Amino acid sequence: MSLDTDTSQQTAGRWDADAHGWFGGEGAWGGRFMPEALVAALDELTAAWTEAMADKAFTDEFAAALRDYAGLPSPLYHATRLSERVGCRVLLKREDLAHTGAHKIRNVLGQALLTKRMGKKRVIAETGAGQHGVASATAAAYFGLDCTVYMGAVDTRRQALNVARMKLLGSQVVPVETGSATLKDAINEALRDWVANVDHTAYLFGTAAGPHPFPSMVRDFARGIGDEARAQCLAQYGGLPDAVAACVGGGSNAIGMFAAFLEDTDVALYGFEAGGDGVDTPRHAAPIHAGDSGVLHGARTYLMQDEDGQTIESHSISAGLDYPGVGPQHAWLAASGRGTYRPVTDTEAMDALSLLARTEGIIPAIESAHAVAGALRVAEELAAEKGPEATILVNLSGRGDKDMGTVMEYFGLGDDETTTAKGHEK
Amino acid sequence: MSTASAYERARSEGRAALVGYLPAGYPDHDGAVDALKVMVDAGCDVIEIGLPYTDPVMDGPVIQAAAQAALEGGTRTTDVLRTVEAVAATGVPTLVMTYWNPVERYGVEKFAASLADAGGAGLITPDLTPDFAPEWIAAADEHDLDKVFLVSPSSTDERITMTTAECRGFVYATAVMGVTGARTTTSGLAGPLVERTKRLTAQPALPVGVGLGVSNGAQAADVAQFADGVIVGSAFVRTLLDHRDDRAAGLAALRTLTEDLARGVRGG
Repeated sequence: MSLDTDTSQQTAGRWDADAHGWFGGEGAWGGRFMPEALVAALDELTAAWTEAMADKAFTDEFAAALRDYAGLPSPLYHATRLSERVGCRVLLKREDLAHTGAHKIRNVLGQALLTKRMGKKRVIAETGAGQHGVASATAAAYFGLDCTVYMGAVDTRRQALNVARMKLLGSQVVPVETGSATLKDAINEALRDWVANVDHTAYLFGTAAGPHPFPSMVRDFARGIGDEARAQCLAQYGGLPDAVAACVGGGSNAIGMFAAFLEDTDVALYGFEAGGDGVDTPRHAAPIHAGDSGVLHGARTYLMQDEDGQTIESHSISAGLDYPGVGPQHAWLAASGRGTYRPVTDTEAMDALSLLARTEGIIPAIESAHAVAGALRVAEELAAEKGPEATILVNLSGRGDKDMGTVMEYFGLGDDETTTAKGHEK
Repeated sequence: MSTASAYERARSEGRAALVGYLPAGYPDHDGAVDALKVMVDAGCDVIEIGLPYTDPVMDGPVIQAAAQAALEGGTRTTDVLRTVEAVAATGVPTLVMTYWNPVERYGVEKFAASLADAGGAGLITPDLTPDFAPEWIAAADEHDLDKVFLVSPSSTDERITMTTAECRGFVYATAVMGVTGARTTTSGLAGPLVERTKRLTAQPALPVGVGLGVSNGAQAADVAQFADGVIVGSAFVRTLLDHRDDRAAGLAALRTLTEDLARGVRGG
């Protein structure tokens, strides 16, 4: 695919969506494949978001909420022991330290503030493992909004602790029994609610996917990750990293990070998809690597589908990456070659989780462990090519508290005889 | 017979057309064909065949359940086309109602060609609006297929004008804000939406079909007063679901329901 060499004044124009939500030119990626019943609401949302982002009162209030409530900006941390191990500098953007434990608080505070500005009193959200649901419930409590979270029935059983958190925060949790009873079905059910209640309800979409304007809007609410990290890199290390790495499910943390570096053509962008049992098996969640283009949840993107265009269920040890599609801007970055997307298997991610815990005293979310695993491979390549001064910036998008059940089971940490994680014994 | 002429015939008889929906593949291929033929025989003027899809965001629980069962039973896109062929052979205009991705995956031009070969009349596209449909519009025009897009109570005047300009066959007015499903009362939004659609369209002859959860003849008669077509889906599907253990009884119930609705569109 050739790059658009348009002459618009916006420098980010090539990577950004047009007015209809197309990335990479009309008909390429993204767009808005949605029922007519929701078009007016999506247009209203697009207009409100565009207007809000140009209004200093809104951006100031958003910045204040991120600072005073969510504890941001997050630090940029030089992981020295990990760096020694791979032979070049590894920097971690510590989104795991944000309120509720992940970058997701940025997006929900932005969307909930916009909801308030639009005069709507109710929000709905979908959630897989419950992280976006907990973040949405948190933002709803913060802004005094009524909140309903749709969650696949399989997931409500797997993630009882997060269900309890959402309830404690005052939200209603609706188990979704239809389809595969997981994240994609929760999105379907949230869309059905939205169609019926669109006049007074906002849909807090959890990732940079879906119909226009969600891919662009969620990216913009999350792009503080990259803007902060870029400034921190320059201030703390006097230059930009050679590479930036993030995990990609729907892709909000990754696009929030990448957005700041798109025009820095010397900075390589790496997205790591969930490889599950391996992309040579049917059990993975790597639509860019192993899927084809199609339309899911309102956008043309890469997705996991069968010969008839029916969505295939994804599989990953990480619930947050367990989604058969991906945000359309990632599809465009991949197709254009600006971004490099690789799969990381469950095993590789869990090894990296264990490694980071032991070498740095940081237990990452399993999602973020995919970024760490992939970044370590890239770091070794960089070290070989450029030496110890090479730098890779990794988005540590969330912390691992929520995953301890999975981690205990995976490493057998609850077993009487086991005293160490078996992930990477020498 | 074309969709437009089926509507025209109903109009010339001073009544609304009855448009009946079932998904392909439920309870199985032959069962769906038998059911659709009963609906044709008992008075449906136009048939919509649903293409079962894994992520049907506009459908309520009844249609979801049947579509999911059809998929679990192995229904493929080519089976849907076979269903179209069997039903279209009765002479009744037969459209496919489908979410977009299966068509994109099959190949838009190829799907249009296969649908035309099967005798299908066109497509109803619940998650594809004309502004994102240039490929489908071109393929439909090439193969002389109906393009049925949707309007909704939330549609702006500009969008109703834009949408109806691209429709052929009829325009589908979704007259409730919500997913498909039978409702006990008819919506007050339907009449005003039909009135706006008639006023704003640049194609005055374009029929307006209304779907809002009609489940009996009395409701059909209400809607027939202001609409050119009464679209019924969930009530037919529920009838099949309710008789899943006795197909003969299901077909008999389907016939009774269709006859009741057919009386309804004739004014009761």
